[in-house]
Amino acid sequence: MNTVFCLAGIVIKELYRRKDFYVLFVVTALITLLMGSVNFFHEEKIVRYIKDICLLLIWVSSLVIAIATTARQIPAERESRTIFPLLAKPVSRGQLIAGKFVGCWLASGIALLVFYLFFAIVVGAKEGHLPVGQYVQAFWMQWSMLAIIISLVLLGSVVFTAPSSNVTISFAAALSILILGGHLHRLAALQPHLLGMLLSALYFLIPHLEWFYAVRERLIFDQGLLAWGDVTLATAYAAAYVGLSLCATWLLFRRKILTM
Amino acid sequence: MKIRAGLIFSFLLTSAFTLATALQPRAFQWSGGSNSDNLTQMLLGDGRQILANHMFVQADVYFHSGYYPSIFDRRDASTNTEPLASEESSPHAAHHPTDQEGAKAAPSNEEEHEKSMRSPGQPLDWIERFGRKFAITQHTHLANGKEREMLPWLRLSTELDPHRVETYTVASYWLRQSLGKAKEAEQFLREGLAANPSSYEILLELGRLYDENYHDSIRAGNVWTVAMRRWMETEAGKPEPNVGALGQIVVRLARLEEKEGHLDRAIDLLKIAISRDATPHPQALREQIEALRVRLKEKK
Repeated sequence: MNTVFCLAGIVIKELYRRKDFYVLFVVTALITLLMGSVNFFHEEKIVRYIKDICLLLIWVSSLVIAIATTARQIPAERESRTIFPLLAKPVSRGQLIAGKFVGCWLASGIALLVFYLFFAIVVGAKEGHLPVGQYVQAFWMQWSMLAIIISLVLLGSVVFTAPSSNVTISFAAALSILILGGHLHRLAALQPHLLGMLLSALYFLIPHLEWFYAVRERLIFDQGLLAWGDVTLATAYAAAYVGLSLCATWLLFRRKILTM
Repeated sequence: MKIRAGLIFSFLLTSAFTLATALQPRAFQWSGGSNSDNLTQMLLGDGRQILANHMFVQADVYFHSGYYPSIFDRRDASTNTEPLASEESSPHAAHHPTDQEGAKAAPSNEEEHEKSMRSPGQPLDWIERFGRKFAITQHTHLANGKEREMLPWLRLSTELDPHRVETYTVASYWLRQSLGKAKEAEQFLREGLAANPSSYEILLELGRLYDENYHDSIRAGNVWTVAMRRWMETEAGKPEPNVGALGQIVVRLARLEEKEGHLDRAIDLLKIAISRDATPHPQALREQIEALRVRLKEKK
């Protein structure tokens, strides 16, 4: 377990050495503060549009950080040949996969926490109250969703040859699921038999990221707390997908020839 | 050497500044001049109208506190045994009752709206059933001053497309009716009027503001008279004119004339509404005309 956390520590250090997070945070903060400073019809209490824009930027930024950080982990180790001394030490390939996953997930979590702190300060100052429970749920659900994405990108980094193609495909897949994922079965009902079956199979196969995204809308529109039981079930669902993806990654990676 | 370089730099800087002051007005003319100052227009072109419409719909999403059927739900509804709704061509936030006639028609509109916003039937599988636990499933409208949350989207919509008349009238309605901001509503309508000088809809709303909020019936009457003229100029020649708006204008004008004691003019205006088929309740207007005639005879 120590080995896994050692590897994770390296990934976290990489996050704060690189500029991605800082740039995305400054852009998010600037746009949010700029939008927050606009006066509409002399109404001081308008706040939902700021929540909407800020949360959208947080979602985009966290996706960029998670996908970009994860996609380069294994290819970068292979390219710089640091993977060989790493695996020569008593580090198994499974531990390497687990360490990279934990590192990327924790790094994304730290970045997400900073974003949510900023969000809470801005919105709390404007609204005058802080629904901590809702914020915790929104943060946890988003972090759980990022775990699914990170595990899938890690799988992609073993399957695809270049990190760029992995990043592009991962982004396209995540966005498609967020937009269409919940409607595939209804679309399937309108298609001819074979295409309908394929769409239905895809609907049951994909991770339903849109559940997690819906929590963002609940936060914007002050819809109250979710049942903690449902949050636990969603977390278990995310954990199941993460487990499956990591197993698949390990199965592919353990027999992979690492020379470029 | 350093001084020489500094002098050359100063000379170049001065030349550039002087040239810029001379060329700027000409460059303004080269680019057509009229709209080059609008950054969004330069960047987005005609795509602004699509974005403006999206912003307007976003205001409607806010009005429903995030509960809004997606295009898939609507499509599903149209093929289902439980139809969701008639086509919602314009968002519900725009369907506010505009006068007594509108208020009479409102309950049926409201029923249709409730139907259209009904949840899309039973979930088809466990994924959809579980997903609904996270989605917003309660159909509520903003109230108690929270209508203000729609305003940024309406403002942005007009920034993107200043010729979208409905946005001005809808924003004005919520500003003056729910938020007590008649002054801001008036200013916004005047902006709309500057961008759309021939809009009878904006004039109708402006008249309502003078009448209902400022209780200035003279100005309201003047504005509605101009609105009627604009309607005749723009709509009368069309194969399918917007008679609903004409009905609202003339009925309101008639009411003012009646209040002022000009019963004959009130009768003429109500006759216009009937002849143009501009009222869903012509019989009620005929009865009103008869009553006015009786009062006119008594007066004489």
